[in-house]
Amino acid sequence: MRTARLIACAALALSLPARADRLPVPADAPPAFKAECASCHLPYPPALLTAADWQQVMAKLDKHYGGSAVLDEKTRREIEDFLVRHAATRSRMAGAGDPPRLTRSEWFLHEHRKLPDRTWRDARVSSASNCSACHTRAEQGSYREREIVVPGFGKWKD
Amino acid sequence: MKRVWLSCFFASGIAMAASPPELAAGYAAEAARQSPGFQPSARRGAEFYARRFAVSEKMPACAACHTDSPLQAGRHAVTGKAIRPLAPRAETARFTDPAKVEKWFRRNCSEVLGRACSAAEKADFILFATEAK
Repeated sequence: MRTARLIACAALALSLPARADRLPVPADAPPAFKAECASCHLPYPPALLTAADWQQVMAKLDKHYGGSAVLDEKTRREIEDFLVRHAATRSRMAGAGDPPRLTRSEWFLHEHRKLPDRTWRDARVSSASNCSACHTRAEQGSYREREIVVPGFGKWKD
Repeated sequence: MKRVWLSCFFASGIAMAASPPELAAGYAAEAARQSPGFQPSARRGAEFYARRFAVSEKMPACAACHTDSPLQAGRHAVTGKAIRPLAPRAETARFTDPAKVEKWFRRNCSEVLGRACSAAEKADFILFATEAK
């Protein structure tokens, strides 16, 4: 009986939409992932977009959200393979936009639905891409609720 | 002789450590081939750094991310990510890796100027950042 309950719990946990409070960079990340991607923004977890999304992102590095992130082909391919390997499979993780943004997925918008507009406009936040503006340990891949400090609000309680 | 050596080194594309003045000299040599008599100038580099190109809304000038001084730490204008100072005096690894320098000129020039930077602009820029105090 106890085992059955455990199995049921485990199954439920696995079926839950992304345990998103711990999203460390997967251990098989090529050094180029940190060197190239994480030099301009924190290393976004590959599990926050689908494989098709990442392929689109990596196909348009010359138009990378208003910037240029052009890479040589070998490095580009290496990073794309890594992202695709760890990409999300659920459709609610699919980004929107061209190239797709992980900050526009159904999941992301749901998780951030209670934030007022003025927080997004706050100079200390400046952009939804700036995870560490509120997720104080995002650089370490940790997004736990107790680590959230929203500029203008302080500690965030859901 | 030094000029010949440097141009070989640039042409070969082999990643090797160099000093900021060596890198500036390499770009200056390239610029001199395009316009004979070219001499790099830190003053022109400073003007370039301060110029408002206004091609990009969020990155109208170098200062949008790198602040008014290359000696200060900056912040990415879009993502908010911290950027270490550009000046070798404040950040010793700056302008020592030719491949890295080329990569960032390629990206940042297309972002801020909407075009590639010339060898002359690169030489002036490195000289300015190196002499900044």
